[in-house]
Amino acid sequence: MTGTLLKIDGLTKAYPGVVANSDVSFEIKTGEVHALLGENGAGKSTLVKMIYGLVKPDSGTMMMNGAPFAPPEPRAARASGVAMVFQHFSLFDALNVAENIALGMEHPPALRDLAEKIRTVSEDYGLPLDPYRTVGDLSAGERQRVEIIRCLLQDPKLLIMDEPTSVLTPQEVEILFETLRKLTAEGVAILYISHKLEEIRALCDAATILRLGKNVGTCVPAETSARDMAELMVGTELQTPNSAGAELGDVVLDISGLSMPSPSAFGTALRNIHLRLRAGEVLGIGGVAGNGQDELLLALSGEIRTEQNAVKLKGEAIGQLAPNARRSRGLLTAPEERLGHAAAPNMSLTENALLTGNVRKGLSNRGFLKWAKTRSFAEEIIEKFDVRTPGPDNAARSLSGGNLQKFVIGREVLQDPDVLVVNQPTWGVDASAAASIRQAILDLAANGTAVIVISQDLDELMEVADNFAALNEGRLTETRPTQGLTIDEIGLMMGGAHGMEVAHAKA
Amino acid sequence: MLKLEKRPQPSQTFAYLTPIFAIIITMIAGGLLFMLLGKNPFEAIRTIFWDPLFGEFAFYYRPQLLVKGGPLILIAIGLSLGFRAGIWNIGAEGQYIIGAICGAGVGLAFYPMEAWFIFPLMIIAGALGGWAWAMIPALLKVKFQTNEILVSLMLVYVAEQLLASMSLGLLKNPEGHGFPGSRNLKDYSSAFNDEIITGSGMHWGVITAFIAVIFAYILLNRHMLGFSIRLTGEAPRAAKFSSVNPTRLILFCLGMSGALAGLAGLFEVSGPAGQISIDFNTGYGFTAIIVAFLGRLHPIGILFAGLLMALTYIGGEIAQANLGLPAAAIQLFQGMLLFFLLAVDLLTNYRIKRVRKETV
Repeated sequence: MTGTLLKIDGLTKAYPGVVANSDVSFEIKTGEVHALLGENGAGKSTLVKMIYGLVKPDSGTMMMNGAPFAPPEPRAARASGVAMVFQHFSLFDALNVAENIALGMEHPPALRDLAEKIRTVSEDYGLPLDPYRTVGDLSAGERQRVEIIRCLLQDPKLLIMDEPTSVLTPQEVEILFETLRKLTAEGVAILYISHKLEEIRALCDAATILRLGKNVGTCVPAETSARDMAELMVGTELQTPNSAGAELGDVVLDISGLSMPSPSAFGTALRNIHLRLRAGEVLGIGGVAGNGQDELLLALSGEIRTEQNAVKLKGEAIGQLAPNARRSRGLLTAPEERLGHAAAPNMSLTENALLTGNVRKGLSNRGFLKWAKTRSFAEEIIEKFDVRTPGPDNAARSLSGGNLQKFVIGREVLQDPDVLVVNQPTWGVDASAAASIRQAILDLAANGTAVIVISQDLDELMEVADNFAALNEGRLTETRPTQGLTIDEIGLMMGGAHGMEVAHAKA
Repeated sequence: MLKLEKRPQPSQTFAYLTPIFAIIITMIAGGLLFMLLGKNPFEAIRTIFWDPLFGEFAFYYRPQLLVKGGPLILIAIGLSLGFRAGIWNIGAEGQYIIGAICGAGVGLAFYPMEAWFIFPLMIIAGALGGWAWAMIPALLKVKFQTNEILVSLMLVYVAEQLLASMSLGLLKNPEGHGFPGSRNLKDYSSAFNDEIITGSGMHWGVITAFIAVIFAYILLNRHMLGFSIRLTGEAPRAAKFSSVNPTRLILFCLGMSGALAGLAGLFEVSGPAGQISIDFNTGYGFTAIIVAFLGRLHPIGILFAGLLMALTYIGGEIAQANLGLPAAAIQLFQGMLLFFLLAVDLLTNYRIKRVRKETV
């Protein structure tokens, strides 16, 4: 099992204005877990898209088992034994598991036979799954199982997994790893894309690190420290944000018995949430995606009104107040989805600064707008948060995800909030920008602002939060100090394995 | 192979150029249409676009430009506010009719008294009538989530029936020898919306239209309410996040467009039309939808688009009379203008790129 499965030689792909991959070469051996490491925008996605036949390289060659391999389309790649689990699932909520899998097949067998096959494969690999359950009712971890089983039914030789653990609790990650080890024992090679270094150290046999489209190094993860890998990835030394550790003040935000029905068909209802937040405190709220994070933010921002007394800001009941009324009282929020929710894609940055800045920054007088003042507010955000853009007249959609995120966070931070609630503040942001956003959050807290950070990135929460709580099916756990929490305890707070059976014990 | 690629930034140049492109393409396609109908395309296009402005009888047609453009602009300005926010009032024609009935009704109620306050009262009644008619789809949408497009459109036909019944019943001229239709307000000076400068075509409706253009421009560019309207149209979720109250916005936008359409109806019935009659409405409310889009939902754009549309109306009538073009061909020609505008509009946000054939 040491033969080379896929040999990549000098792959180059350029898009207008950016070279996504430049002369990338490496080998994946049969039966190994090969990590592909890199920051956002390092060219990982483009590289796997070329392997999967979604993008055609400008130059360079690939060899599969010694034969030239140049898939013109995903179907050809699949025929050669390449399967891929995408980060964003392509499943239909209203259909059941078997129907979803049948949709992706070229010649689906009868549904009953397929269901039987799904059951067998899923149990063989320790991923039990009922083929007749509706996908809309599954947890994120279970949905991922659907995607993995869809791939396994193709008998792959190479399985590509794009950030598979971002939607899993630590316990669920363990189950997944067992499955992956079982696959490699059977000779399947796995190309594992991630930026979570500890995971890679635990799982992968080899790692290729990309930076700005170039292969900057190969290493054996088990023998390399996480710090060294991170510095290879980023290219410079990493700065760890430091907290001033200020004294906590009075309770500023008091949520008691907050319940709210789900705003959409496959959303999550909030159930009896209690939490108290003190001035200067950073509370990290973890949890697997889709367990009520978005809904909690909507309830706090005022986009969805709740019972008046369920949310109290500095003693005042604000559950029925509109977003601007909450802003004027000092409660600011930054939603997860940047384009379309936190910012209007086609509007300029100046206009987007006005979107939340109006009341606290005094950007209008009796409804008449002060464009000059708004523009200088936008310029201030751009300058202080290092937003890379030609200027405030550019449309929000012209910014990269990370830059827009800096703008969105900066817009709220510079309004000097008493309470700031952010959802996924560093999602899709490169490491150095993420570090500066976290530093901004810590600085804010040091000045007495209470901050709630909702995130799926546990490392991030451990880094910035004083206290930790987890959302699980719309319920919030008790708040516990971050210091001294073990990863196991956090996993249990997040709902353990969400009732997913651990079949490996039997195997 | 040609491919459409999204621009990172909407192109400013193309935002201004697309209406011109659309007009040129319409001229070409319209010319072909007229040719197939056996007419000389160049003569037809010249008759529609040139003769009303610079032809032999231009002195007669030029004032008509304001008479026809005024109501189009007034209605289109109101519609554009809603369209900007994604609120689709398709029933301006109905609000126009109701505005005319209410305004004329108030005027006729005072007949034959002569007083200065009658005309202002009629203006208020016209605006209120259009507003009230638009409030029906607005309230239904807010309370029961009905579709404002369907409700406002269907109310046009209700309004037409009401118009017919008014001309045959309540508002019928008692001295009209049994003919349907109200008294002619041209013969009732307190209620007559006369030309301000004789022979210019400029009546109070035209003045109001110009004021509406300025008002809308300030609202959209300098006021929080206008910003909320634009934000709602661009990104409804961001608007909610920004504290825009969707209910209030729906009531404002539909109410405003209804009131302006009602005003247009009132100025028309008390001026150029003169009386309530069964065939009082001539489709201004529907044509204004084209005007609003042709003007890119921008107040200044609508000003020009309204005048251009009036031109095709007048030119179309001349072409019908002089060249014997069928009325349907003229309507088709006007429809093409909107069609091509929407098609060419794509270039504002996308650019055409030539790519080598690549399997995806």
